Amino acid sequence: MTTISTTIAPPRPITPRVSPLEGLRQTMTLAWRTLVQVRHNPWELGDFSIQPIMFVLLFTYVFGGAIAGSTGAYLTFALPGIIVMNMLFVTMYVGTGLNTDLTKGVFDRLRSLPIARWAPLAGRISADLVKQAWSIFLLLGVGMILGFRIGTNMAALLAAIALILLFALSFSWVSVLVGVIAKDPEKVQIFGFTALFPVTFVSNVFVQTETMPGWLQPIVKANPVSILADAARGLMVGGPVATPVMQTLLWAALIAVVFAPLAVARFKRRV
Amino acid sequence: MSQLDRLAGSAHAIEVEGLVKRFGDTTALAGVDLAVRPGSVLGLLGPNGAGKTTAVRVLATLITPDAGRAKVGGYDVVREAHQVRQLIGLTGQYASVDDTLTGTENLVLIGRLLGIPRAAAKARARELLDAFALSEAAGRATKTYSGGMRRRLDLAASLVGHPQLLYLDEPTTGLDPRGRAELWELIRGLVADGVTVLLTTQYLNEADSLADDIVVIDHGKVIATGTPAELKAKIGARTLEVRPADEVDVRTVVAVVGELANVTPEVEGGLVTAPVADPELLPIVVRRLDDAGVVVAELALRTSSLEEVFLTLTGHPADEVAEEGITA
Ligand SMILES: Nc1ncnc2c1ncn2[C@@H]1O[C@H](COP(=O)(O)OP(=O)(O)O)[C@@H](O)[C@H]1O
Ligand SMILES: [Mg+2]
Repeated sequence: MTTISTTIAPPRPITPRVSPLEGLRQTMTLAWRTLVQVRHNPWELGDFSIQPIMFVLLFTYVFGGAIAGSTGAYLTFALPGIIVMNMLFVTMYVGTGLNTDLTKGVFDRLRSLPIARWAPLAGRISADLVKQAWSIFLLLGVGMILGFRIGTNMAALLAAIALILLFALSFSWVSVLVGVIAKDPEKVQIFGFTALFPVTFVSNVFVQTETMPGWLQPIVKANPVSILADAARGLMVGGPVATPVMQTLLWAALIAVVFAPLAVARFKRRV
Repeated sequence: MSQLDRLAGSAHAIEVEGLVKRFGDTTALAGVDLAVRPGSVLGLLGPNGAGKTTAVRVLATLITPDAGRAKVGGYDVVREAHQVRQLIGLTGQYASVDDTLTGTENLVLIGRLLGIPRAAAKARARELLDAFALSEAAGRATKTYSGGMRRRLDLAASLVGHPQLLYLDEPTTGLDPRGRAELWELIRGLVADGVTVLLTTQYLNEADSLADDIVVIDHGKVIATGTPAELKAKIGARTLEVRPADEVDVRTVVAVVGELANVTPEVEGGLVTAPVADPELLPIVVRRLDDAGVVVAELALRTSSLEEVFLTLTGHPADEVAEEGITA
């Protein structure tokens, strides 16, 4: 077995620490890995591609006529919110992926390598942003085909996408926390469904707040999903922008400030 | 100073002193000392729950000890963890390959993380897959691999960066005899290449056939150290079994065997067993029993199981150790 060179290879010089640039490169490598995984896991691609398209079709054709009078009008109202809802579900992949790495021992291997301590987590979150962007463009594309029209301009549309991605970045910490606490990846999924479904449906994503029972309206209005959906609508279709965007940024900051330290602390305890 | 100079400069590739690690009420390591010479294989032998994996995880910088210190290649595992990580390769107790990636992708991933350029990382992956008889499966997702293939890929993954030191945590547990023999062969090849190996195992014969030195741990404490030969001489690597034809003679057999083997034999259902260091004892036992007029139904000298070794060293059976653990 002397064909496997081990110590014979020229030893690399020992360095005292990882430079930020190397850390960034390692992050990109780990993000690449997460995206390559999708190739071998086609159902995951289906999850964040077909599922949202199903939602668009379902709501547009089943409820669209009843709620807004015409499917095109309904789509113009609902698509920004559906994009927001889908973004929340996609963030759960950070948690499931992280949990899989923790339970399968892949994380131990990564941590035994001379790489930046933050690279594995940053790699996951970066890969998540790529998946998010893909989902958003897919939903916009399908929406356009079905009659969705952008009522503003390119800059406003890009701002909407940036805002949604920023919120995703912040909400990823919730997913990280769940991924670190959960016993197995299925538990992360179960959390995703049981917690995110009520949060996204008790919002103005599918139905206008004014049509809901009075007692529910304050909850719906306070729901950050509604606020982000309003901001996305304003930027994509037209309408008030400043207030919902400001409130979205505040919510994103609040979620990150609360959940990032919590997730990192639990993370350090687990590994 | 290069790492080779540092390794040569210190007498030991791994130096561990008074290592303590607690998990809540469990003391996994209760003051472990050990040293590994550069280029040698140290077998860390112990039953389930002895603290082997905990020791490896400390040395691999995955967990920090509560007390004591450990140096790898002259670097402290806590204060100079990043330097230590540049020297080591880890094959954990459970194959830690990414199920959803192919064999090649798993190895390229690690190569890229180690800063190896893409083409070189691919070449290294190919080289290792060839050497570990995984070329044919190289393009398949590893979730389709057999247990033995995963172990080999895991071992290959820990070699991507040309480590000076290799930690193998129970590398053959769960493998069939053929898989085990194959892996032993691979490990021997690595040792021939000059890599220093820390190997943990529950099997005495595995430590015996691979290790230059053995450290036996139990309850997080070192209970014996030595070369395989020294250890065998110390603990009696064989077990003598005698079953008299007539149960009445059990007491005589116990007396004879006890005197000759210089231990208190175990009796179970008419079968008398005792660890013996010297195989020459067998004919003497036969003669003495004959002299005493004992008719023997069954007489055998077999290699001790790890359980018997532990019984000899610790005074309690190995499985008891695993169950009771140790409470601080
Ligand atoms: N992360 C942990 N949390 C709690 N207890 C642990 C943990 N890791 C190991 N232990 C305990 O420490 C002891 C030693 O475990 P380990 O090092 O895995 O032994 P071995 O590898 O020799 O089987 C066992 O009693 C085990 O239950
Ligand atoms: Mg173990």
